[in-house]
Amino acid sequence: MPSWPLNQWYVAAYSREITDGLLGRTICGEPLVFYRTSDGEVVALADRCVHRRYPLSLSHLKDDQIICGYHGFTYDRTGGCVAAPGQKRIPRTARVPAFEVREVDSLVWVWIGEQDRVDDALLPRAPWLDSPDYTTVRGMEPLQARYGLLVDNLMDLSHETYLHGGYIGTPEVAETPITTEVDEDARVVYVSRHMADAACPPFYARSTGIEGRITRWQDIEYHPPCLYLLHSRIAPVGVEPPADGPDDRAFHVEVVYAITPETEHSTHDFWMVARDFALEDQEVSDFLAENNRTVVLQDVVALDVLEQVVEGEKENYQELSINIDTGGLAARRLLAAMVKDGEEQPAPVTAR
Amino acid sequence: MTADLPAPERMLTGRTVYRVVWKLNTDVLVGYCWCGAPHESEDPIELWEWLLAHPDQHDDASGEGGSDAPAPSDQRELVSR
Ligand code: FES
Ligand SMILES: [Fe+2]
Repeated sequence: MPSWPLNQWYVAAYSREITDGLLGRTICGEPLVFYRTSDGEVVALADRCVHRRYPLSLSHLKDDQIICGYHGFTYDRTGGCVAAPGQKRIPRTARVPAFEVREVDSLVWVWIGEQDRVDDALLPRAPWLDSPDYTTVRGMEPLQARYGLLVDNLMDLSHETYLHGGYIGTPEVAETPITTEVDEDARVVYVSRHMADAACPPFYARSTGIEGRITRWQDIEYHPPCLYLLHSRIAPVGVEPPADGPDDRAFHVEVVYAITPETEHSTHDFWMVARDFALEDQEVSDFLAENNRTVVLQDVVALDVLEQVVEGEKENYQELSINIDTGGLAARRLLAAMVKDGEEQPAPVTAR
Repeated sequence: MTADLPAPERMLTGRTVYRVVWKLNTDVLVGYCWCGAPHESEDPIELWEWLLAHPDQHDDASGEGGSDAPAPSDQRELVSR
């Protein structure tokens, strides 16, 4: 049984990745092929030809149909086979599974699980990503580690001080207490850390132009399994948000991660940084993109190592958890409950 | 006991909202059940176990302090990967 919850939405790609070609990508152990039809709709099909299993992602797209690159079976956007070489009669079972897809906030989501149980209400949102009030930089790094290790990593920002010193980490991050809240029904974990008077890390000093000490807030919102939001507020010390009206004397950075399992031991690490200042400033964009990628790669290197350690360790190895792990533990517990829910099969229908 | 807690950014309400705050200048975590009952611990796993078990103990005479009982099965999920 998979370690990720089934019957959930996962981010499969950025909108801009799916243009006029075929994109092959494995999501939660499912090899999928994505393309965009001439009317702009995104299609996701299983990436295996029914004939001899040739990957459709290595085939040809013509008139919104995929022509298999091996012997020419042709599939329409529903996965139905519409042509087979040298035959008039197309086998009735010639069909590749199609997956439900939604495109919102510049993200392409795919429903992993039973396709007739698709639920739009479960789709979490990140509206900054394609809002005209924000400028977003983004990337995606392949991670050779199970997705749970990335969840742990992101739920505890104390590691910023050590793993990301000189970029986003300063001593205050590890030293400031955290508040954790869990909404069991809504299945959201909130982890907040508010630093009233902190050093400004280079990541923010360079992009905001603030000199001197800052008030730095980190409010995490994790919607398991896939979407992680870090609402980051940076302001000169003493600048508090007004009781009413816009908080326009502060800088806001919305850091978004989509944590998409690829296999049991690898993950698509989608990262995005949206900001509400210097919107047109390409230099700031380049700086944030390059620096954030560096920070993400620091995590990737550490987690790739950790995956090897975890795979090699004895069963029932005991970790030690401390205060900073409160949010991570809550996330693991929600995920475990969702994995269990996802496994529950609808009552079997006996038919002959 | 709650006077020196850090100010919350947001206070969620609801029947299934649990809250854990880190007591300033200590290693103590304070957990709040949705019913308002607090519990202190230096161990986040023990604290989550107490919180998640707490609603079952609302009618229990031993009240909010009792968490010495061994963890029932689903509480182990806290540490599983
Ligand atoms: S493998 Fe696709 S047509 Fe033969
Ligand atoms: Fe990190």
